[in-house]
Amino acid sequence: MAAGVATWLPFARAAAVGWLPLAKKIMPKPPVDKKSRNDEILFVNVSGLRFQTWKNTLDRYPDTLLGSSEKEFFYNEDTQEYFFDRDPEMFRHILNFYRTGKLHYPRQECIQAFDEELAFYGIVPDIIGDCCMEEYRDRKKENQERLAEDTEAEMATDTPLPPHSTHRERLWRAFENPHTSTMALVFYYVTGFFIAVSVIANVVETVPCRPLKGSKKDLPCGEKYSLAFFCMDTACVLIFTFEYLMRLFAAPSRCKFMRSVMSVIDVVAIMPYYIGLVMPENEDVSGAFVTLRVFRVFRIFKFSRHSQGLRILGYTLKSCASELGFLLFSLTMAIIIFATVMFYAEKGTKGTNFTSIPASFWYTIVTMTTLGYGDMVPNTIAGKIFGSICSLSGVLVIALPVPVIVSNFSRIYHQNQRADKMRAQQKVRLARIRLAKKGTTNAFLQYKEEGGFHIHNHLLHCLEKTTNHEFTDELTFSEMCMTESVGYRTSRSTSISSQQGELTSCCPRRAKRRAIRLANSTASVSRDSVQELDTLQVHKTSAGPQSRSSLNARTEDLKLNCEDRDFTAAIISIPTPPANTPDDSLPPSPAIPGILRNSRTSSYIHETVKISSL
Amino acid sequence: MGVVFGTFSMHTKQVTFRTDNVDDELEMTMVCHRPEGLEQLEAQTNFTKQELQVLYRGFKNECPSGVVNEETFKHIYAQFFPHGDASTYAHYLFNAFDTRNDGSIKFEDFVMGLSTLLRGTVREKLEWTFHLYDINRDGFINKEEMTEIVRAIYDMMGKYTYPALKGDVPKQHVDVFFEKMDKNKDGVVTLEEFVLACQEDENMMRSMQLFENVM
Repeated sequence: MAAGVATWLPFARAAAVGWLPLAKKIMPKPPVDKKSRNDEILFVNVSGLRFQTWKNTLDRYPDTLLGSSEKEFFYNEDTQEYFFDRDPEMFRHILNFYRTGKLHYPRQECIQAFDEELAFYGIVPDIIGDCCMEEYRDRKKENQERLAEDTEAEMATDTPLPPHSTHRERLWRAFENPHTSTMALVFYYVTGFFIAVSVIANVVETVPCRPLKGSKKDLPCGEKYSLAFFCMDTACVLIFTFEYLMRLFAAPSRCKFMRSVMSVIDVVAIMPYYIGLVMPENEDVSGAFVTLRVFRVFRIFKFSRHSQGLRILGYTLKSCASELGFLLFSLTMAIIIFATVMFYAEKGTKGTNFTSIPASFWYTIVTMTTLGYGDMVPNTIAGKIFGSICSLSGVLVIALPVPVIVSNFSRIYHQNQRADKMRAQQKVRLARIRLAKKGTTNAFLQYKEEGGFHIHNHLLHCLEKTTNHEFTDELTFSEMCMTESVGYRTSRSTSISSQQGELTSCCPRRAKRRAIRLANSTASVSRDSVQELDTLQVHKTSAGPQSRSSLNARTEDLKLNCEDRDFTAAIISIPTPPANTPDDSLPPSPAIPGILRNSRTSSYIHETVKISSL
Repeated sequence: MGVVFGTFSMHTKQVTFRTDNVDDELEMTMVCHRPEGLEQLEAQTNFTKQELQVLYRGFKNECPSGVVNEETFKHIYAQFFPHGDASTYAHYLFNAFDTRNDGSIKFEDFVMGLSTLLRGTVREKLEWTFHLYDINRDGFINKEEMTEIVRAIYDMMGKYTYPALKGDVPKQHVDVFFEKMDKNKDGVVTLEEFVLACQEDENMMRSMQLFENVM
């Protein structure tokens, strides 16, 4: 937990004492503590309720209001406290976040109020702990949906038109919200009436009417009064066509409109008429023509524009598709099984109806749905036994899933949606939390006033000195692996041989590494003991200590950041006894042969460096 | 199409059963320990009351039950060294702090250790370090123990170092160390040899002074 890390810093430094006997070099000086680290208690007054807490507690999250210098704006000199004119109950939860590191969502509070408080105090809601996250998300989604519905309903009702709308926009609006103008309402009801008329006409024209004089056969009314029906049909289709064309003209996005369900229904409703017009009165094709007439019944679906309930039903069915599919699948399985069994059971009977397995499907379906028409009955004993099993299982197969589907529908549907969304959002959310955590840890480790960061940095330097190796990042490491053969030449000369590393790609301005060998006359020196100048590269990052931008902070390695514009590089050489020279027992003199300077700096400066740590 | 997919998705839903191991965790956290009084600790260590208070607050925050177990210890220490793997060295540190060898560090142990390391005499610090290196507590440091420690330290550096860790660098480091420390060349380092050799090493003494009195 980031909060506790600072307080364990003394422990980490104490543990560093264990490295000292092993250290190959002298430890670097620790940074000077500018201020004494006395902790103080802060008073926070939130609408009269006084809270007190350690300053350290608030400093744990420097990119929030209370952790940064932004709280100074709320400082009251007279009462020596920070005054916030906000909800004290909510503040309790906010303060607990600082104390425990976990943000909890209070269930009895309104989600919007909670969000507002979080936004005020600069806390990202993603940090809400897992215990409360689901509840929070549910409430938030609910709230958003409700708000969306409200705004939709609001927009649907009498909002005034924008002043300079074109005829097209007004027409579209009239079509979508018929309540806005009288003309639209009239048109709405007229179309509704004609849909009803058309449907009724379709139905009535098949009813048998009294036959014509002189003939015995009953005629369907459609043929008796064919002209009347034809006129009515024509009128309806004309109106529907007119309506469709108007909608098409007024639609803001024609492609989208043409792809929408309602427009498809419209087209399907009027197409048979035109096809019928075009086709000749031919006996051969009249059969197909009659089939097309069936599609006229789709006009009834045009009612869905007029009825909210139909739309909801359609949406329900569409969203329940997987459950219905499961029902269908299990039914199909059972049907196939029982049809096969019945077929083979009844195969021997003479004159049986079960002529093939597909023929047995009908029997199975009728039996399983407990219809039992009786047009196909088994005659053999085995057939009867299996028939009864079939009808019993039919009861189970059909009666069970249906209520389960109905009740599961909303539960599974919502659950599925939530699970999928959560899975998709999980990665993003985790990444954001990681970033937020890193940001807080980085910034926390910066320790702007107390210099605690510098101590941590110092600790890492000590480790480097102990092992005589330095931290680098992956990039330079791979570079070095590639160029190692070119790198080091060891010579026995006492002169300073300068060598240059081939690290060029990343930071062209990085100071080149030079190797200096101390005078050593006797033994051969392995590569490990080649004395190097330590290149301490400390980069000044762009984010100043006072900023609250740490949430967007890049996580960088200790050393290298090639994108920074200015950096300081100081090169200090520290002598070390060479590795395997048995007779060299003289302690090296702490001579500093030379300090190469970069043109920018002149001394070893501590700058704030971001360390990626969790 | 959606129907088909929906069908199959319903079939392949797996049901997982969660084993009930919450009870075990509850039991562990019931173990609670309170440290001795502030006065006593102040008398036993070289810290002032304020420093003890600050230390205890941090300690209690991280370990509300009053004891640190090895996992928490490793986790805390690992946060300081994000580049490499600090768990091995943390393990040895834990054993060094855990003077009663019962697998947990109480606040008293913690503070005693810190007092020795930060405020103790040079001799005390060196003794503590000797105990750290002497893994099996037999009073001698042999090469194997030292290699373990050095490897643990190099593990903390991580993989990306300059110069790259080639060959058996820890072993060479150990050889250097033994050259310096093992005066009578008997293959082991005793406490006296260790203390003597360290006191002769000026660099080390200077480095040790840098760790004086830090908090």
